[in-house]
Amino acid sequence: MRSSTLPARGQGAPEPIDAVPVRHPGRWAGAAVILLFLGLFIQSLATNPNFRWDVVWLYLRDARVIEGVGWTLLLTALSMVLAITLAILLAFMRQSDNPIFRWSSWTWVWFFRGTPVYTQLVFWGLLAVLYPKISLGVPFGPELFAFNTQDVVNAFWAAVLGLGLNESAYLAEIFRAGLKSVDKGQIEAAEALGMRSRKIMWRIVLPQAMRVIVPPTGNETIGMLKTTSLVLAVPFTLDLTFQTNALANRTYLPIPLLIVAAIWYLVITSILMVGQHYIEKHYGRGVDNVSGARGPVINPAAAKAAAGGHSPPELPGGATAVEGEYLEESGR
Amino acid sequence: MTETREVVRIEGVHKYFGDQHVLRGIDMTIGQGEVSVVIGPSGSGKSTLLRCVNMLETATAGRIYVDGELMGYVEKHGRLHHLPVREIARQRRNIGMVFQRFNLFGHKTAMENVMEAPIQVKGQPRAVARARALELLDRVGLSERANHYPAQLSGGQQQRVAIARALAMDPELMLFDEPTSALDPELVGDVLNVMKDLARDGMTMMVVTHEIGFAREVGDTLTFMDGGVVVESGPPREVIANPQQERTRAFLGKVL
Ligand SMILES: Nc1ncnc2c1ncn2[C@@H]1O[C@H](COP(=O)(O)OP(=O)(O)O)[C@@H](O)[C@H]1O
Ligand SMILES: [Mg+2]
Repeated sequence: MRSSTLPARGQGAPEPIDAVPVRHPGRWAGAAVILLFLGLFIQSLATNPNFRWDVVWLYLRDARVIEGVGWTLLLTALSMVLAITLAILLAFMRQSDNPIFRWSSWTWVWFFRGTPVYTQLVFWGLLAVLYPKISLGVPFGPELFAFNTQDVVNAFWAAVLGLGLNESAYLAEIFRAGLKSVDKGQIEAAEALGMRSRKIMWRIVLPQAMRVIVPPTGNETIGMLKTTSLVLAVPFTLDLTFQTNALANRTYLPIPLLIVAAIWYLVITSILMVGQHYIEKHYGRGVDNVSGARGPVINPAAAKAAAGGHSPPELPGGATAVEGEYLEESGR
Repeated sequence: MTETREVVRIEGVHKYFGDQHVLRGIDMTIGQGEVSVVIGPSGSGKSTLLRCVNMLETATAGRIYVDGELMGYVEKHGRLHHLPVREIARQRRNIGMVFQRFNLFGHKTAMENVMEAPIQVKGQPRAVARARALELLDRVGLSERANHYPAQLSGGQQQRVAIARALAMDPELMLFDEPTSALDPELVGDVLNVMKDLARDGMTMMVVTHEIGFAREVGDTLTFMDGGVVVESGPPREVIANPQQERTRAFLGKVL
């Protein structure tokens, strides 16, 4: 609405406000303190001979260390795949109408979340002692197949099982929260269209739940990367932490080898974070990629039609123009 | 209008939520091409009745037939048997539903929302579904917004996409549950216009709404519900101009 008392300011743009900004002396002081400590820290890194940067550089590229990185990555990847698969299943079961499913899922989470991962890893390492032979069959009935535990569940697979099963309990809770975050109205809309529940889960619910699921799952993956250092409990002895520890003990140089391990963990974490960024972007479709569009739609046709007043919906351009300025928040 | 085939037949439907008796014996029929408008105060059971028709709720007693087919059950040897979910899904394909809160799929564009069911449920080839989706979006005046996500659309636009999405399954019957109640007043007209076009094209519609003007203009029947029963039903102009029941008169006095 135009005010008639507004003085005419010639043509063209209004004069921007020119005001003195608020000063923030506290911020400057804080920044100075941080920079001071950073400087001191860098100085010590560079001048303290005990860091032995030459040793760090040497072992950073050592074949045994690289191999350890490889095993750590493999352990992380496989146990996360196992954990995610189980977690989806557990989350579905938790929502099921079948009380046995719900109860099993709850109990699984209760057990695997409630016992230390270290204990679980030791247990899986001892599986062959507990059950030298594993067979599948009807309880107290005929046996369908059997194998020697030691042949199949070697140290590596015991580590994957231990890490994966433990993690599945945490991920199941994350997935459950994600599934619950999807608006029930959309599920009803899909049902009303004649979609079956499995299709609704995979095509409507999960893709949107992923938006909620991915960030904490990325967090868990990074956590898993470092939890793999516990696999010596199995004992599995090829991962990054074990390798660098072994080298440290052999060379009597613990500090540089700790730094080697830390650098590699940081590198992998950084790569994982980049991956997570892109996955988040993918599953943010329809929400995160449209935030900028919540203001008025910039559309020259819209401006023109809006000036022309209300248009009936038979004219798509006109209707677009009139409503372009009323962007409600979506109902979530 | 000549008397035609029955598309909806509701016989003695009751619905309980726990102890709460929400529908108390509803009878209603809707002929092919008819627009049946249901009005009534909040909590009178209008949504519940609509949701019983496409089995989003299961009636506690009574029967509902759509297109002559008993919804949710099959009668064998004089006993009713629950239909398996696959069959219920099949029955629902014939019935489009439009919700008060639009309920568009948030991660899909307007176009993808419309294409989803024809591809996933009917197994239509993508190209066919796409062409049809464009045609439907054009029909509701939104072809230019085909690639927008729901969050980028106004409420009125979202509701029109929702109508297009329901139409994509070529339903025999359309159910509308207060389709304009969540809209800003200036956006209501666009949605009502789309619905009027649909009625003019001969779609059978069951519409729960507070838009008395719509009922008068395109409705064939106006039903007033209160407390889970049909209080009064008849040609909209007659019911509006000359309500027979005190409760109807009181309600119309408030919304007109
Ligand atoms: N899923 C449900 N569980 C329990 N009560 C419900 C449920 N849905 C509706 N109701 C109750 O049933 C009554 C009728 O609701 P509804 O059909 O939504 O009325 P209307 O659409 O006419 O406003 C209300 O009292 C409501 O609280
Ligand atoms: Mg309602």
